[in-house]
Amino acid sequence: MGPLAPNELISENTNLFLAFIIGIGFGFVLEQSGFSSSRKLAGVFYGYDTVVLKVFFTAAITAMLGLLFFSLFGWVDLNLIYVNPTYLYSAIVGGIIMGAGFIIGGYCPGTSFCGASIGKLDAFVFIGGLFIGVMIFGAGFSIWDDLYLAKFLGSPKISESLGLSDGLFGLLLILAALAMFWVAEWAEKKFPREEY
Amino acid sequence: MSESITTIKKSKYLNPYIGGVLLGLVLLAANFISGRGLGASGAIKSCIVSASTTIAPTASANLAFMKEYTSAHSGSPMKNWLVFEMLGVLVGGFLSGAIAGRLKFKVEHSPKITSKKRLILALAGGILFGYGSQLGRGCTSGSALSGMAVLSLGGFITMMAIFGTAFALAYFFRKNWI
Repeated sequence: MGPLAPNELISENTNLFLAFIIGIGFGFVLEQSGFSSSRKLAGVFYGYDTVVLKVFFTAAITAMLGLLFFSLFGWVDLNLIYVNPTYLYSAIVGGIIMGAGFIIGGYCPGTSFCGASIGKLDAFVFIGGLFIGVMIFGAGFSIWDDLYLAKFLGSPKISESLGLSDGLFGLLLILAALAMFWVAEWAEKKFPREEY
Repeated sequence: MSESITTIKKSKYLNPYIGGVLLGLVLLAANFISGRGLGASGAIKSCIVSASTTIAPTASANLAFMKEYTSAHSGSPMKNWLVFEMLGVLVGGFLSGAIAGRLKFKVEHSPKITSKKRLILALAGGILFGYGSQLGRGCTSGSALSGMAVLSLGGFITMMAIFGTAFALAYFFRKNWI
Protein backbone atom coordinates (compact mmCIF):
# COMPACT_ATOMS: atom_id res chain seq x y z
CA MET A 1 0.00 0.00 0.00
CA GLY A 2 2.34 2.72 1.23
CA PRO A 3 4.25 4.79 0.49
CA LEU A 4 1.45 6.30 -1.56
CA ALA A 5 3.31 8.57 -3.99
CA PRO A 6 6.13 6.14 -4.97
CA ASN A 7 3.44 3.46 -5.51
CA GLU A 8 1.59 5.94 -7.75
CA LEU A 9 -1.57 5.69 -5.66
CA ILE A 10 -1.70 9.50 -5.60
CA SER A 11 -0.76 11.91 -8.38
CA GLU A 12 2.26 14.19 -8.41
CA ASN A 13 0.08 17.25 -7.78
CA THR A 14 -1.75 15.58 -4.89
CA ASN A 15 1.65 14.71 -3.43
CA LEU A 16 2.72 18.36 -3.60
CA PHE A 17 -0.56 19.50 -2.07
CA LEU A 18 -0.08 17.01 0.77
CA ALA A 19 3.51 18.27 1.18
CA PHE A 20 1.97 21.68 1.93
CA ILE A 21 -0.42 20.13 4.49
CA ILE A 22 2.42 18.13 6.07
CA GLY A 23 4.42 21.37 6.24
CA ILE A 24 1.56 23.07 8.11
CA GLY A 25 1.65 20.25 10.66
CA PHE A 26 5.45 20.50 10.87
CA GLY A 27 5.42 24.28 11.41
CA PHE A 28 2.50 24.16 13.84
CA VAL A 29 4.10 21.52 16.08
CA LEU A 30 7.49 23.26 16.00
CA GLU A 31 5.95 26.58 17.04
CA GLN A 32 3.72 25.01 19.70
CA SER A 33 6.81 23.32 21.16
CA GLY A 34 8.66 26.65 21.37
CA PHE A 35 11.05 26.13 18.44
CA SER A 36 10.34 29.67 17.26
CA SER A 37 12.56 31.03 20.06
CA SER A 38 16.32 30.94 19.55
CA ARG A 39 17.04 31.37 23.25
CA LYS A 40 14.80 28.41 24.03
CA LEU A 41 16.52 26.33 21.34
CA ALA A 42 20.01 27.27 22.57
CA GLY A 43 18.99 26.22 26.09
CA VAL A 44 19.79 22.60 25.33
CA PHE A 45 23.48 23.48 25.07
CA TYR A 46 23.49 25.09 28.54
CA GLY A 47 21.03 22.77 30.27
CA TYR A 48 18.40 25.38 31.17
CA ASP A 49 15.89 24.26 28.53
CA THR A 50 16.21 20.86 26.88
CA VAL A 51 13.10 21.02 24.69
CA VAL A 52 15.21 20.41 21.57
CA LEU A 53 16.55 17.11 22.85
CA LYS A 54 13.16 15.91 24.10
CA VAL A 55 11.17 16.82 20.99
CA PHE A 56 13.88 15.70 18.57
CA PHE A 57 14.46 12.23 20.02
CA THR A 58 10.79 11.58 20.81
CA ALA A 59 9.94 12.48 17.20
CA ALA A 60 12.70 10.34 15.67
CA ILE A 61 11.68 7.35 17.81
CA THR A 62 7.96 7.80 17.11
CA ALA A 63 8.54 7.90 13.35
CA MET A 64 11.05 5.03 13.45
CA LEU A 65 8.69 2.80 15.45
CA GLY A 66 5.79 3.81 13.23
CA LEU A 67 7.68 2.79 10.11
CA LEU A 68 8.81 -0.51 11.67
CA PHE A 69 5.23 -1.37 12.71
CA PHE A 70 3.76 -0.23 9.38
CA SER A 71 6.26 -2.49 7.66
CA LEU A 72 5.38 -5.37 9.97
CA PHE A 73 1.66 -4.94 9.19
CA GLY A 74 2.43 -4.78 5.46
CA TRP A 75 1.18 -1.19 5.21
CA VAL A 76 4.38 0.25 3.85
CA ASP A 77 7.21 -1.11 1.71
CA LEU A 78 10.39 0.12 3.37
CA ASN A 79 12.34 -0.49 0.15
CA LEU A 80 10.47 2.42 -1.42
CA ILE A 81 11.23 4.81 1.43
CA TYR A 82 14.12 7.18 0.82
CA VAL A 83 17.11 6.42 3.02
CA ASN A 84 19.67 9.21 3.11
CA PRO A 85 22.93 8.12 1.48
CA THR A 86 26.09 8.18 3.56
CA TYR A 87 29.12 10.10 2.32
CA LEU A 88 31.23 9.75 5.42
CA TYR A 89 33.49 12.80 5.26
CA SER A 90 30.94 15.35 4.10
CA ALA A 91 28.42 14.05 6.68
CA ILE A 92 30.95 14.75 9.44
CA VAL A 93 32.40 18.04 8.14
CA GLY A 94 28.98 19.34 7.09
CA GLY A 95 27.62 18.44 10.54
CA ILE A 96 30.47 20.24 12.28
CA ILE A 97 29.88 23.40 10.25
CA MET A 98 26.14 23.17 10.93
CA GLY A 99 26.80 22.72 14.65
CA ALA A 100 28.87 25.92 14.67
CA GLY A 101 26.08 27.67 12.76
CA PHE A 102 23.56 26.44 15.32
CA ILE A 103 25.34 27.79 18.43
CA ILE A 104 26.30 31.06 16.70
CA GLY A 105 23.00 31.71 14.93
CA GLY A 106 20.59 30.07 17.35
CA TYR A 107 18.45 28.43 14.72
CA CYS A 108 18.56 25.61 12.22
CA PRO A 109 16.87 26.02 8.82
CA GLY A 110 13.48 24.52 9.79
CA THR A 111 13.24 26.41 13.08
CA SER A 112 14.32 29.70 11.46
CA PHE A 113 11.29 29.54 9.13
CA CYS A 114 9.19 28.77 12.20
CA GLY A 115 10.64 31.80 14.02
CA ALA A 116 10.18 34.02 10.98
CA SER A 117 6.53 32.96 10.71
CA ILE A 118 5.76 34.64 14.06
CA GLY A 119 7.88 37.72 13.33
CA LYS A 120 11.33 37.01 14.80
CA LEU A 121 13.62 39.40 12.93
CA ASP A 122 16.74 37.44 13.89
CA ALA A 123 15.14 34.45 12.16
CA PHE A 124 14.64 36.48 8.97
CA VAL A 125 18.32 37.47 9.03
CA PHE A 126 19.33 33.85 9.69
CA ILE A 127 17.32 32.80 6.60
CA GLY A 128 19.16 35.48 4.61
CA GLY A 129 22.39 33.87 5.83
CA LEU A 130 21.14 30.45 4.72
CA PHE A 131 20.64 31.75 1.19
CA ILE A 132 24.15 33.22 1.15
CA GLY A 133 25.65 29.99 2.52
CA VAL A 134 23.92 27.83 -0.08
CA MET A 135 25.03 30.23 -2.82
CA ILE A 136 28.64 30.09 -1.61
CA PHE A 137 28.47 26.31 -1.69
CA GLY A 138 27.02 26.34 -5.19
CA ALA A 139 29.40 28.94 -6.59
CA GLY A 140 32.52 27.23 -5.28
CA PHE A 141 31.28 23.68 -5.84
CA SER A 142 34.34 22.68 -7.88
CA ILE A 143 36.57 23.60 -4.90
CA TRP A 144 34.92 21.17 -2.48
CA ASP A 145 33.32 18.58 -4.73
CA ASP A 146 36.06 16.07 -3.85
CA LEU A 147 35.15 16.35 -0.18
CA TYR A 148 31.42 16.31 -1.06
CA LEU A 149 31.74 13.00 -2.92
CA ALA A 150 34.44 11.28 -0.83
CA LYS A 151 33.93 8.03 1.10
CA PHE A 152 30.55 7.08 -0.40
CA LEU A 153 29.17 4.12 1.56
CA GLY A 154 25.83 3.72 -0.21
CA SER A 155 22.68 4.06 1.89
CA PRO A 156 23.46 1.78 4.83
CA LYS A 157 21.23 1.48 7.87
CA ILE A 158 22.96 2.06 11.18
CA SER A 159 21.48 -1.23 12.44
CA GLU A 160 23.19 -3.11 9.58
CA SER A 161 26.48 -1.31 10.18
CA LEU A 162 26.36 -2.35 13.84
CA GLY A 163 25.27 -5.91 12.99
CA LEU A 164 21.95 -5.55 14.85
CA SER A 165 18.36 -6.13 13.78
CA ASP A 166 16.27 -2.98 13.23
CA GLY A 167 14.11 -3.91 16.21
CA LEU A 168 17.01 -4.40 18.61
CA PHE A 169 18.65 -1.17 17.49
CA GLY A 170 15.32 0.60 17.97
CA LEU A 171 15.06 -0.75 21.52
CA LEU A 172 18.60 0.41 22.32
CA LEU A 173 17.83 3.85 20.88
CA ILE A 174 14.74 4.11 23.09
CA LEU A 175 16.76 3.16 26.19
CA ALA A 176 19.46 5.70 25.25
CA ALA A 177 16.77 8.37 24.76
CA LEU A 178 15.22 7.60 28.16
CA ALA A 179 18.65 8.00 29.78
CA MET A 180 19.13 11.34 27.99
CA PHE A 181 15.65 12.52 29.04
CA TRP A 182 16.53 11.70 32.64
CA VAL A 183 19.73 13.77 32.38
CA ALA A 184 17.75 16.54 30.64
CA GLU A 185 15.15 16.72 33.43
CA TRP A 186 17.98 16.82 35.98
CA ALA A 187 19.76 19.61 34.07
CA GLU A 188 16.64 21.76 33.87
CA LYS A 189 16.34 21.60 37.68
CA LYS A 190 20.05 22.25 38.15
CA PHE A 191 20.28 25.26 35.78
CA PRO A 192 16.81 26.82 35.99
CA ARG A 193 16.03 29.99 34.02
CA GLU A 194 12.87 31.80 33.02
CA GLU A 195 11.21 30.37 29.96
CA TYR A 196 11.79 32.25 26.72
CA MET B 1 3.29 32.18 46.31
CA SER B 2 0.93 29.63 44.85
CA GLU B 3 0.61 31.86 41.79
CA SER B 4 4.38 32.00 41.23
CA ILE B 5 4.57 28.22 41.45
CA THR B 6 1.86 27.90 38.82
CA THR B 7 3.71 30.25 36.49
CA ILE B 8 6.89 28.23 36.86
CA LYS B 9 5.15 24.91 36.31
CA LYS B 10 2.74 25.99 33.62
CA SER B 11 4.67 26.43 30.40
CA LYS B 12 3.28 28.54 27.58
CA TYR B 13 4.36 25.81 25.21
CA LEU B 14 3.19 22.28 24.51
CA ASN B 15 4.64 19.48 26.64
CA PRO B 16 7.85 18.53 24.77
CA TYR B 17 7.19 14.79 24.83
CA ILE B 18 3.71 15.31 23.36
CA GLY B 19 5.22 17.73 20.83
CA GLY B 20 7.78 15.07 19.95
CA VAL B 21 5.14 12.41 19.38
CA LEU B 22 3.12 14.80 17.20
CA LEU B 23 6.22 15.76 15.19
CA GLY B 24 7.02 12.06 14.83
CA LEU B 25 3.52 11.44 13.47
CA VAL B 26 3.98 14.26 10.93
CA LEU B 27 7.28 12.68 9.88
CA LEU B 28 5.62 9.25 9.69
CA ALA B 29 2.87 10.73 7.52
CA ALA B 30 5.48 12.22 5.17
CA ASN B 31 7.14 8.82 4.82
CA PHE B 32 3.84 6.97 4.38
CA ILE B 33 2.40 9.43 1.87
CA SER B 34 5.46 10.60 -0.04
CA GLY B 35 8.09 8.00 0.77
CA ARG B 36 10.44 10.62 2.16
CA GLY B 37 11.14 12.58 5.33
CA LEU B 38 10.86 16.23 6.25
CA GLY B 39 13.40 18.85 5.21
CA ALA B 40 14.14 22.53 5.12
CA SER B 41 17.46 23.47 3.51
CA GLY B 42 16.56 21.72 0.25
CA ALA B 43 13.80 24.27 -0.32
CA ILE B 44 16.37 27.08 -0.22
CA LYS B 45 18.53 25.22 -2.71
CA SER B 46 15.52 24.94 -5.04
CA CYS B 47 14.89 28.69 -4.78
CA ILE B 48 18.51 29.46 -5.63
CA VAL B 49 18.64 27.01 -8.53
CA SER B 50 15.40 28.49 -9.83
CA ALA B 51 16.61 32.09 -9.52
CA SER B 52 19.96 31.28 -11.05
CA THR B 53 18.55 29.43 -14.05
CA THR B 54 16.04 32.24 -14.65
CA ILE B 55 18.55 35.10 -14.40
CA ALA B 56 21.54 33.48 -16.10
CA PRO B 57 20.44 30.29 -17.88
CA THR B 58 23.61 29.63 -19.87
CA ALA B 59 26.06 30.37 -17.10
CA SER B 60 23.97 28.28 -14.69
CA ALA B 61 23.85 25.30 -17.02
CA ASN B 62 27.64 25.18 -16.93
CA LEU B 63 27.95 25.29 -13.14
CA ALA B 64 28.82 21.91 -11.68
CA PHE B 65 26.45 22.52 -8.75
CA MET B 66 23.51 23.05 -11.14
CA LYS B 67 24.43 19.95 -13.12
CA GLU B 68 24.43 18.02 -9.86
CA TYR B 69 20.97 19.41 -9.03
CA THR B 70 19.36 18.85 -12.42
CA SER B 71 20.73 15.31 -12.61
CA ALA B 72 18.86 14.50 -9.40
CA HIS B 73 15.66 16.50 -9.99
CA SER B 74 13.30 16.70 -12.92
CA GLY B 75 10.91 19.52 -13.81
CA SER B 76 10.89 23.05 -12.48
CA PRO B 77 13.00 23.51 -9.33
CA MET B 78 10.13 25.34 -7.63
CA LYS B 79 7.68 22.50 -8.26
CA ASN B 80 9.41 20.63 -5.52
CA TRP B 81 8.16 18.70 -2.49
CA LEU B 82 10.31 20.64 -0.03
CA VAL B 83 9.27 24.03 -1.42
CA PHE B 84 5.59 23.21 -0.84
CA GLU B 85 6.38 21.72 2.56
CA MET B 86 8.31 24.83 3.69
CA LEU B 87 5.47 27.12 2.55
CA GLY B 88 3.31 24.97 4.82
CA VAL B 89 5.77 25.46 7.69
CA LEU B 90 5.35 29.24 7.40
CA VAL B 91 1.55 28.86 7.48
CA GLY B 92 1.59 26.32 10.34
CA GLY B 93 4.00 28.37 12.44
CA PHE B 94 1.95 31.51 11.84
CA LEU B 95 -1.31 29.77 12.83
CA SER B 96 0.26 28.41 16.01
CA GLY B 97 1.72 31.82 16.89
CA ALA B 98 -1.64 33.50 16.21
CA ILE B 99 -3.52 31.05 18.44
CA ALA B 100 -0.94 31.42 21.22
CA GLY B 101 -0.74 35.22 20.90
CA ARG B 102 2.94 35.17 19.98
CA LEU B 103 2.86 37.13 16.70
CA LYS B 104 5.25 40.04 17.16
CA PHE B 105 8.10 41.60 15.22
CA LYS B 106 11.14 41.52 17.48
CA VAL B 107 14.81 40.63 17.74
CA GLU B 108 15.26 38.05 20.46
CA HIS B 109 18.57 38.26 22.27
CA SER B 110 20.27 38.00 25.64
CA PRO B 111 20.33 41.31 27.59
CA LYS B 112 24.13 41.00 27.56
CA ILE B 113 24.32 41.70 23.82
CA THR B 114 22.77 44.32 21.54
CA SER B 115 20.18 43.66 18.84
CA LYS B 116 22.78 44.55 16.25
CA LYS B 117 25.23 41.96 17.56
CA ARG B 118 22.45 39.37 17.64
CA LEU B 119 21.58 40.06 14.01
CA ILE B 120 25.23 39.85 12.90
CA LEU B 121 25.57 36.52 14.70
CA ALA B 122 22.29 35.31 13.17
CA LEU B 123 23.63 36.16 9.72
CA ALA B 124 26.96 34.42 10.38
CA GLY B 125 25.21 31.35 11.81
CA GLY B 126 22.86 31.24 8.85
CA ILE B 127 25.74 31.37 6.36
CA LEU B 128 27.53 28.52 8.15
CA PHE B 129 24.35 26.47 8.43
CA GLY B 130 23.46 27.05 4.78
CA TYR B 131 26.90 25.98 3.62
CA GLY B 132 27.06 23.01 6.01
CA SER B 133 23.60 21.79 5.00
CA GLN B 134 24.73 21.51 1.38
CA LEU B 135 27.95 19.72 2.26
CA GLY B 136 26.11 17.42 4.69
CA ARG B 137 23.25 16.77 2.22
CA GLY B 138 20.56 18.11 4.51
CA CYS B 139 20.10 19.92 7.78
CA THR B 140 18.74 19.02 11.19
CA SER B 141 15.38 18.13 9.63
CA GLY B 142 16.33 16.44 6.39
CA SER B 143 19.53 14.71 7.37
CA ALA B 144 19.48 14.26 11.14
CA LEU B 145 15.80 13.86 12.12
CA SER B 146 14.45 12.24 8.96
CA GLY B 147 17.62 10.19 8.52
CA MET B 148 17.36 8.83 12.04
CA ALA B 149 13.73 7.78 11.53
CA VAL B 150 14.77 5.57 8.59
CA LEU B 151 17.90 4.43 10.50
CA SER B 152 20.27 6.04 7.98
CA LEU B 153 23.87 5.74 9.15
CA GLY B 154 24.66 9.14 7.64
CA GLY B 155 21.69 10.68 9.51
CA PHE B 156 23.04 9.51 12.85
CA ILE B 157 26.57 10.68 12.01
CA THR B 158 25.36 14.14 10.95
CA MET B 159 23.15 14.41 14.06
CA MET B 160 26.10 13.61 16.33
CA ALA B 161 28.37 16.06 14.47
CA ILE B 162 25.81 18.89 14.70
CA PHE B 163 24.96 18.50 18.38
CA GLY B 164 28.50 17.51 19.39
CA THR B 165 29.99 20.63 17.79
CA ALA B 166 27.33 22.93 19.22
CA PHE B 167 27.93 21.49 22.72
CA ALA B 168 31.71 21.80 22.30
CA LEU B 169 31.44 25.47 21.25
CA ALA B 170 28.65 26.43 23.68
CA TYR B 171 31.04 27.74 26.32
CA PHE B 172 32.58 30.29 23.95
CA PHE B 173 29.22 31.72 22.89
CA ARG B 174 27.49 31.61 26.29
CA LYS B 175 27.16 35.40 26.57
CA ASN B 176 24.93 35.45 23.53
CA TRP B 177 22.36 33.22 25.17
CA ILE B 178 22.56 33.32 28.97
